Amino acid sequence: MLRFVVRRLIQVIPTLLLLSLLVFAWLRSLPGGPAGALLGDKATPAKIAELNHILGLDQPIWSQYLRFLGRAVTGNFGSSLITGDSVLAEIGRGLPATAELSVAAMVIAVGLGVPLGYLAATQRGRALDSATIVATLVGVAVPVFFLGYLLKAIFAVKLGWLPPSGRESIGLDATRVTGLAVLDGLLTREFDASADAFRHLILPAVVLGTIPLAVIVRITRASVLDVLGADFIRTARAKGLAPHTVRGRHVLRNALLPVSTTIGLQTGLLLAGAVLTEKVFVWGGIGTLLADGISRHDYPRLQALLLLGALVYVVVNLLVDVSYAIIDPRVRLS
Amino acid sequence: MNVLMQRRRERLDRLAETGGAGEGKSLLAEAVTRLRRNPVAMVGAGIIAVFLLVAVFAPLLAPHSAEESFDALRAGLRPDSIPGPQPGFPLGSDQNGRDELSRMILASQQTLLVGVLATVIGLVAGMAIGILAGAFGGWVDNALMRLTDVLLSFPSLLLAISIAALAARASQTTVIIAVAIVSVPVFARLLRGAMLAQRSSDYVLAATALGIQRRHIVLRHMLPNAIGPVIVQATMVLASSILDAAALSFLGLGDADPGRAEWGLMLANAQTYLDVRPELAFYPAVAIILVALGFTLLGEALREALDPKSRR
Repeated sequence: MLRFVVRRLIQVIPTLLLLSLLVFAWLRSLPGGPAGALLGDKATPAKIAELNHILGLDQPIWSQYLRFLGRAVTGNFGSSLITGDSVLAEIGRGLPATAELSVAAMVIAVGLGVPLGYLAATQRGRALDSATIVATLVGVAVPVFFLGYLLKAIFAVKLGWLPPSGRESIGLDATRVTGLAVLDGLLTREFDASADAFRHLILPAVVLGTIPLAVIVRITRASVLDVLGADFIRTARAKGLAPHTVRGRHVLRNALLPVSTTIGLQTGLLLAGAVLTEKVFVWGGIGTLLADGISRHDYPRLQALLLLGALVYVVVNLLVDVSYAIIDPRVRLS
Repeated sequence: MNVLMQRRRERLDRLAETGGAGEGKSLLAEAVTRLRRNPVAMVGAGIIAVFLLVAVFAPLLAPHSAEESFDALRAGLRPDSIPGPQPGFPLGSDQNGRDELSRMILASQQTLLVGVLATVIGLVAGMAIGILAGAFGGWVDNALMRLTDVLLSFPSLLLAISIAALAARASQTTVIIAVAIVSVPVFARLLRGAMLAQRSSDYVLAATALGIQRRHIVLRHMLPNAIGPVIVQATMVLASSILDAAALSFLGLGDADPGRAEWGLMLANAQTYLDVRPELAFYPAVAIILVALGFTLLGEALREALDPKSRR
């Protein structure tokens, strides 16, 4: 197992290198450039040339890339062109916010999705099943950002039950330990702060979790239906096993294999949804950094974020592979 | 190799096996018969038919132009209010004193155009790759599939965002291209799988033995038999293209011209006026959801209709 993980991690290196080269070359080959974006209306050719010189953008591309790579290995991705802060520090500040949001979204998606998919499968063809299928189809057809604004309008603006945006109430300066606001409140025993952060988390997490939820319900349903029709289930029932044993050890365990892949995949896909969700709820995480970086052509930040996205992706994929072997002993890691 | 790529690859390959023609009836005739018995398909087709009709006859249906700003409506524009329904303007005004109903109707053309163009571009490019890979096999197949694998290993919306963000200036063209590129590997992989399945079949062998030109065999014999799964996927991609284009508009990666009537853009722009007049977001959102739902339902039904496993 350990050897497998190590080998997979080593395989990741050339992928990341290739990706860094692609991202780097692609970003720079385009007209406009960071200097033009920074100067905005005040841009004159002379000023752009001057700024390009200061930023080192007038050097040959390959030397820029080598410099970028040398720094990247040591964790230095340069400074954001927007804020002037180090990109790594920016990401460090944004990561806990996005991590908290993603975890909450997946808890909703998995916690509701697997039981609901299982129920729908066992009630095949009945009202609950049909309703679930319709709901999942609609869930995927709703634009993520519209769902965000809709829930915000209903639950925050109209009913006033939940806060409309941000991660904590203004003026509540809660102590930060891990950067995960809900957890921090529990750790420092500031339970009010924890509850406040939790209330802020609900709407964005529901919005980000909707698409994974819909997908997980459908996969679980299909997978359970597949297993329910298998011969070994009939055998298990025929030999008189208790219904809950058949359900837990035979049906669920076999049905969960494709579901676990889906969960992993959906986790990897969260970043795209987070870009939209964070913009709606002014969340201030990685997604916000990415959205701002795009609109302002902030190359150092985009490079780092795209590489980070790829890295997260690869790690999630690795975890999915490892989880296979744990759920299904037939799978050998080699 | 990563799992996303692998899963998407496997799914596409499995899907590619589903489209072979049945006995007796032609593939299309049988699919149509089965579709007509399926209520899901009828609902999906009904929704799409309505939207297509609206789009085709939009200039006749719309009472006004999409660009014209009316004094009667502009007079009611305040920072905290946008005029609602009134005589002559059933859905009221938009944020610039234009007739919302006309804009909604005319936008159907633009939105469907974005979705259809993106899908068609992706389809044509993907099919070209798929035909080459599937017809030739060997190293051509290997090289082309490695290329698609790279694209498949990225989350699709993130890929579309990256491509659109890298363009020099945001425009409708960049949105269409970004959304189209995302679907290229999907179509390529799908068609390649279906073509490979045909390559070893008896009728291809017979045609080759008869000395028929390879190009003729590939395009006239293999392609029509392999096209089923691609049609299914194209229907689904139409839905996701419209949704992805709307997301790009929301991120400011769409057309910069706020005058253009297009649902994704109208929805994105309406977010600013959500407190003032939420209907401006609601109308285009419902339109987008319905269109996406219509294409998805039809796609699901098509897939079922073409699947040999569910044939009786």
